[in-house]
Amino acid sequence: MNTPAAPIPNAPFVPDTAFEEAEQGTSLWKDAWARLRKNKMAVFGAGTLVFMALFCLIGPFISPYTYDAQDLNQYAKPPSAQHWFGTDKLGRDQLTRIMYGGRISLAVGICATMVSLTIGVLWGAVAGYAGGKLDTVMMRIVDILYALPFTIFVILLMVFFGRNIILLFAAIGAVEWLTMARIVRGQVQSLRKMEFIEAAIALGLSRRRIILRHMIPNVLGPVMVYTTLTIPAVMLLEAFLSFLGLGVQPPMSSWGSMIKDGAEVMEEFWWMLILPGLFLSLTLFSLNFLGDGLRDALDPKASKD
Amino acid sequence: MLRFITFRLLQAIPVVFIVAAATFIMCRQIPGGPFDSEKPPPPEIKRQLESFYGLNKPLGQQTLDYLWSICPKKFMPHRLFLDANNDGRADFDLKAAFGSDFGPSFKSVRSVNETIADSFPVSFQLGAMALAIALLLGIPAGVAAALRPNSWVDYFASGISMLGVCVPTFVMGPILVLVFALNLRWFNASGWFDFKDQLLPSLTLGIAYAAYVARLTRGGMLEVLNQDFIRTARSKGASEGRVILKHALRGGLLPVISFLGPAAAGIITGSFVIETIFQVPGLGRHFVTSAFNRDYFLITGTVVFYAALVVLFNLAVDVVQVWLNPKLKFE
Repeated sequence: MNTPAAPIPNAPFVPDTAFEEAEQGTSLWKDAWARLRKNKMAVFGAGTLVFMALFCLIGPFISPYTYDAQDLNQYAKPPSAQHWFGTDKLGRDQLTRIMYGGRISLAVGICATMVSLTIGVLWGAVAGYAGGKLDTVMMRIVDILYALPFTIFVILLMVFFGRNIILLFAAIGAVEWLTMARIVRGQVQSLRKMEFIEAAIALGLSRRRIILRHMIPNVLGPVMVYTTLTIPAVMLLEAFLSFLGLGVQPPMSSWGSMIKDGAEVMEEFWWMLILPGLFLSLTLFSLNFLGDGLRDALDPKASKD
Repeated sequence: MLRFITFRLLQAIPVVFIVAAATFIMCRQIPGGPFDSEKPPPPEIKRQLESFYGLNKPLGQQTLDYLWSICPKKFMPHRLFLDANNDGRADFDLKAAFGSDFGPSFKSVRSVNETIADSFPVSFQLGAMALAIALLLGIPAGVAAALRPNSWVDYFASGISMLGVCVPTFVMGPILVLVFALNLRWFNASGWFDFKDQLLPSLTLGIAYAAYVARLTRGGMLEVLNQDFIRTARSKGASEGRVILKHALRGGLLPVISFLGPAAAGIITGSFVIETIFQVPGLGRHFVTSAFNRDYFLITGTVVFYAALVVLFNLAVDVVQVWLNPKLKFE
């Protein structure tokens, strides 16, 4: 018996499937994807990142050298056919060390960003959704943490917990969530007052459906954009900590620690500074271009051209 | 407006004190102490030292003592700029001006107050020059990019500014030294004696911030230039220069201003990387070395000083923002 349901007073509204498909036809994500693909710099950034990830993940298996094998006959040799990126003062192959360092840098970038994403989104969403006193207290805490110098905080954490790579992720993530929390809180707060959420409530949609189908997709845009921009910030912080000697410990390499070693001997051995610096900068460059592209693509104010 | 400033200053006081207490307690949790160097003193001497500095009291008592000693007890800011010992430099004595005593340093005969007074003016000078460079490079580049979006001017300015964001100062600094000091021999590679020595470090620091300023200016200007009042100004026949300088910049610079507050506090309190590369006797290195040395009073002192500056600069930013944007009001 498939008779169209007569409108029953106070009955929950059940949207039919045709409505659902119409909704998907002009989704924000399809528009965004089309816009992103048109942005040459963003596509270039994404391509470079994929290359960089493959280079660092697969490269060490192909390379005939290891990151810690010393060969003092090869003391600080400039780039050559044998060692494409030269060798360092202990005769270690620079190309292989850059690959291993890239693994560390990328892993720190992704893991620490995930930590900061989790804390920031939860903190901001709870504060924004709850409102009132809880919101005030939570945001005051964020204000206080903002007034602490970030690097000191990380250094204290690193000195306190010891120089452990897992803790490096956690320590960086623990200081980088503040802006994310602010963004999510603002977004959730303004969303709650939007007409389409009111309309959804008036239509009788369940709370789960409102959150999953209407709140999250709208918060996701800014969160994704900010995530792409957090990864380079985190990688920079890791490089800085390694520069201080608080990051990864020798003989492991990271781009930051290689730059530090290179800066000490740059007068005689330029390749030890320039090449790791180039890889770090190129990666940060790509991430920023991708982040900017995403921001432009997901901007709801942008026209659909 | 006066009410707004007073209210915000009153609000800031607990923030600074919470930062002070939290930092003090936090740095006391680090394993190891200031007297556990590679050649530790005999235990009885260590006990004597600890009791001399009051480190043997309960931590809560120490924290309260510390908070009381840094608490401002008078307000004579003009005393900061007196020159009591006649060395041609302002004393920057926080004790004479506010009665705040940040305690001794374990690693140096200079107290924390004296350390700040010695090194903050250096960092301030370096930071002010870097800020000037950042604004002078960043704002014109951002405006030029926003006026012709997606043209080669835009791509060039955006590309260059992205370079400044992506090349960390600890790569940029050594490269500039390599090129301008070691190869061209225009500058000394390091040191802090005359004006020429200040150019390379402030350029390194300035470029990094110029990049952010340019990107924020571009974004802000793009937003403003599409608005109706700009079209009105143009249709009234106002010259392009007048439209930009008089009408658009006012709103377009808002994002730059809100970025500058915390950034300026960070810049003028010094950068560890720049000071290490160029051997500048500034405040930035104390942030890092004090943590390594477990120099508790110096850690907390520098952090409190920084936090107070952040709070002050954020307040200044809020005031300037209201002044630039009449739609906002002091609340």
